[in-house]
Amino acid sequence: MANTMLEVKDLSTKYVTRFNEGVYAVDRVSLKVEEGKSLGIAGESGCGKSTLALSLMGYYFPPLHYMNGDITINGNNISGLKAEDVRKTILGKEVAYIPQAAMNALNPTRKIIHFIEDVILEHEMYVTKKDIYGRAKKLFETLGLPPEVLQKYPVELSGGMKQRTVIAISVMLLPKVLIADEPSSALDVTSQKMVIKMLKHLMEAGFISSMIFITHELPLLYNVVDDIMVMYAGQIVEKGSSHEMVFDPIHPYSKGLMGSIIVPEKGLRDVKLTAIPGVPPNLKKPPAGCRFAERCRFVRPECRVTDVAMREAEHGRMYRCIIPEAELREAYAREEHKNG
Amino acid sequence: MDKEKKPYLSAKGVTKSFGFGRQKTVAVDNINLDLYEGEVISIVGESGSGKTTLSKVLLGLINQTSGDVYFQGVKRDISSQARKREYWKNIQAIFQDPFSSYNIFNKIDSVLLDCINMRGGVYFPREKKTEMMIEACSFVNLKFEELTNKYPFELSGGQMQRLMIARIFLLQPKILLADEPTSMIDACSRATILDELMHLRKEVGMTIIFITHDIGLAYYVSDNVYIMEKGRFVESGAADDVILRPKEPYTQRLINDVPKIYEEWDLSTV
Ligand SMILES: Nc1ncnc2c1ncn2[C@@H]1O[C@H](COP(=O)(O)OP(=O)(O)OP(=O)(O)O)[C@@H](O)[C@H]1O
Ligand SMILES: Nc1ncnc2c1ncn2[C@@H]1O[C@H](COP(=O)(O)OP(=O)(O)OP(=O)(O)O)[C@@H](O)[C@H]1O
Ligand SMILES: [Mg+2]
Ligand SMILES: [Mg+2]
Repeated sequence: MANTMLEVKDLSTKYVTRFNEGVYAVDRVSLKVEEGKSLGIAGESGCGKSTLALSLMGYYFPPLHYMNGDITINGNNISGLKAEDVRKTILGKEVAYIPQAAMNALNPTRKIIHFIEDVILEHEMYVTKKDIYGRAKKLFETLGLPPEVLQKYPVELSGGMKQRTVIAISVMLLPKVLIADEPSSALDVTSQKMVIKMLKHLMEAGFISSMIFITHELPLLYNVVDDIMVMYAGQIVEKGSSHEMVFDPIHPYSKGLMGSIIVPEKGLRDVKLTAIPGVPPNLKKPPAGCRFAERCRFVRPECRVTDVAMREAEHGRMYRCIIPEAELREAYAREEHKNG
Repeated sequence: MDKEKKPYLSAKGVTKSFGFGRQKTVAVDNINLDLYEGEVISIVGESGSGKTTLSKVLLGLINQTSGDVYFQGVKRDISSQARKREYWKNIQAIFQDPFSSYNIFNKIDSVLLDCINMRGGVYFPREKKTEMMIEACSFVNLKFEELTNKYPFELSGGQMQRLMIARIFLLQPKILLADEPTSMIDACSRATILDELMHLRKEVGMTIIFITHDIGLAYYVSDNVYIMEKGRFVESGAADDVILRPKEPYTQRLINDVPKIYEEWDLSTV
């Protein structure tokens, strides 16, 4: 059995707004990432992907609040830790996090090497700048980045180079788990590919043991991660291997998501994309039953009444729907037949 | 396309440069383009290739350095504010950066109301106007009730892009120029929006120019695709030819670099 690097059980967190209202952005999420594995998180804008990333590092500061659940990182339960302690003992060392749009948030008046000094000095007291430079240079060379970048300012780098630099900095302390939130969405296709290649290299060369990759671009996820988890309105609605999730989704929402992929490959122009009409529920007051009920074409009266739990499907896959797997598959087959 | 017909919008030798001397950048370099009524085209190219600059020239937001733009067969005249306004009745845009596109002092309801008024709906009864706005929002997966009384800056990037597109459903322009219209919108909503937009196109015979580096989108929606590199079109033609059988190495590279699902995505090329 492989080691579990990160495990989260029934984690719920919320934002508390200026008007003292709760936004329940992460609701009873459970997940597990094993050594050597990568997990992708997909879902519509606003469904809680970034919030989940912050939440599962145990790093809480207002307006984000922990409600309940357990977080275990590399064998240590960190659920009760204060934000300050998480920052000192977990961030960067156990888990590194690359926030959405991180590359645009770099302080423009500082050189790249200064960001690296900050990262290292946060965790190591007796280390010289010369030492740091040496380590940084070595890492950059191993990762195929020109070491001259260390002496540059963020504005002097292209978007793609800046993003790869941010990734290199984040693995400086050799964290076990890397969480990358939309690391390539703002880049053109070629730069995006370079970023992906680098992330894969980090895994293969053992710089990091596990990775969580967040994006709404499914073709990208499919090419990067082992398993995919689909989120909808703060909850996980399905998880499985990336191949199963793309070619054989079970939950009606994942089915819709996978049916909306457009890739420049033969046949695309003849497929009818599945669009899902409607909008997700308000996370301030999530509905009582299934959160997807309002937009689901298979909705039944009982869907709106009781809370729907995750259930097991073939191959240890999990999905959140009251309709049995076989019935859903039959319905999809009928639809496909009808559409020719 | 029926080539006997006159092009609806044309660019002949359009060039736009910025700066002088050693600082000079030729962002758009001698571009020729014929766009026919009802046609949907995409202009695809990497970052900095000149797509947005070309679209601004076509829109008449900036003047070209040389060359001409023809509208309905006549040389376009936008020398006065009145003429510009006349031209803009026919051509509308969705801009790349949605944040810069709104007047921050205007509430969202008035953004949509203005569109109705511009199309001669000033004297419509209030209920009818509301109904139209609700419908336009539903086409882009937005809830009208959640938008009322808000200012544009209270929306997320994706919500703003949707609002920009909702305007198009009310304005129904002859020509739509959409610069990265769905870059901040997730795949699922993007499918809904594109389908609705293509539906509107059929219904009112709209001519559309998509500008994007999303090659999947370009392939899905367009009749013809133009590939732009360093201010020039290096390859153009029917979507199937250009995207499935690209001739130019630049086009081949762009298409190769898009993550694939049914084919191998080869990482060794970068
Ligand atoms: N500081 C905050 N205060 C209150 N609500 C917030 C705050 N930040 C985010 N939210 C809300 O929490 C929900 C989840 O947001 P989150 O940023 O996690 O979504 P996401 O899935 O990462 O979306 P995207 O794909 O657009 O990045 C959204 O409904 C959002 O409006
Ligand atoms: N106002 C300006 N002044 C000077 N140079 C400009 C100006 N606008 C654009 N450029 C330059 O013209 C070139 C083309 O820019 P443009 O914005 O048209 O590219 P694009 O293809 O739209 O790129 P992207 O995909 O990043 O949006 C770039 O080199 C850019 O730096
Ligand atoms: Mg996010
Ligand atoms: Mg542009």
